[in-house]
Amino acid sequence: MGKDEKMKTKEVMVLEDLLGSNKKIAAEIRQKLTDTGILTINLLSSPGAGKTTLLESLSEILAPEYKMAVIEGDIETERDADRIRAKGIPAWQIITGGACHLEAKMIGKLLPEIPADLDFLFIENVGNLVCPASFDLGENIRCVLLSTPEGDDKPKKYPKAFTTSDCLVISKTDLVSVLPFNIERAKKEALEINPALITFTTSAQTGAGIKELAEYFSESLQKIRRTNA
Amino acid sequence: MHELSLIANLFEIMEEKAAEKNAKKITHVVLQVGKLSGVVPDLLITAFDIYKKDTMASEGELTIKEVPLKILCRDCKTEVVKDDFVFICTKCGSTNLKTLSGTELYLEKMELEID
Ligand SMILES: Nc1nc2c(ncn2[C@@H]2O[C@H](COP(=O)(O)OP(=O)(O)OP(=O)(O)O)[C@@H](O)[C@H]2O)c(=O)[nH]1
Ligand SMILES: [Mg+2]
Ligand SMILES: [Zn+2]
Repeated sequence: MGKDEKMKTKEVMVLEDLLGSNKKIAAEIRQKLTDTGILTINLLSSPGAGKTTLLESLSEILAPEYKMAVIEGDIETERDADRIRAKGIPAWQIITGGACHLEAKMIGKLLPEIPADLDFLFIENVGNLVCPASFDLGENIRCVLLSTPEGDDKPKKYPKAFTTSDCLVISKTDLVSVLPFNIERAKKEALEINPALITFTTSAQTGAGIKELAEYFSESLQKIRRTNA
Repeated sequence: MHELSLIANLFEIMEEKAAEKNAKKITHVVLQVGKLSGVVPDLLITAFDIYKKDTMASEGELTIKEVPLKILCRDCKTEVVKDDFVFICTKCGSTNLKTLSGTELYLEKMELEID
């Protein structure tokens, strides 16, 4: 024993949130952007559900009337940011270098570069239906995409993404005729785990539903500005 | 696998608290993990064991306390534990519910070796 006899063991209660620092930074970002009159939207989905394509389609409706910008989160490459820039929309690419989600501090670093006269700031999260759901980025609206090829059983298999979202976009609806995807069943499952979800169905291919989604974002923007005033 | 980044946060908190107590070692760590926290307990343990090498917790052990998803119905005042994630009151069918527990991801306590 000898030396060990001097050692005491002590139990200390801590009760601290592992996500506490992320939540704090996210709250600061939300406060700052909302006070500036910018509506921030965090887009979540599995890889390839159509986030970038949706942003391209939305830009055609929103850009003539509003100022929008996009933060792209990807594990590698500037590809998605380049696609957005090709539409004439300012875009910042965050390359996470392996991380499967964005965190608030990554958005915080970009904050000084965000123009104050912006209307909409879209954040396209890393394609992953699990990990991004745990990290608040300071958004006003969290929007989860579920594309029809993924299957209508996903809400209950990946509940966190759906329970933490404000809005559900069922994307690629042009493909339902060749898929066993049941839109009503998908909506019902999603609403069972989150009754407050606002749901949309879109197709970037035909343009269906994009206008309605754009209107929802515009109304949400007016809402935060009315609250600010 | 965002568990690794959560474990990095955990170590930041642990090391700060251990330093406050002038501890030499962290021997045991207890986490509260809610059923709807979005993390996989086994992956947290794996990440902890990878991360702990060359830290004060190199010989430390991680215990995970799983916290059930508990919901209060604001209409009929019933408290229910949910095994699925269906946010509908099992008694009256209301969706006017309040989540009481199940989303936490907390460092509850730790055991330290102090000189
Ligand atoms: N048929 C059809 N295809 C679509 C639609 N939207 C997107 N796609 C196709 O789906 C593929 C993936 O689309 P992206 O927009 O790159 O998906 P993403 O979610 O941004 O992908 P990651 O950023 O890699 O996660 C592309 O080949 C798109 O052309 C749609 O509405 N209908
Ligand atoms: Mg993309
Ligand atoms: Zn009830």
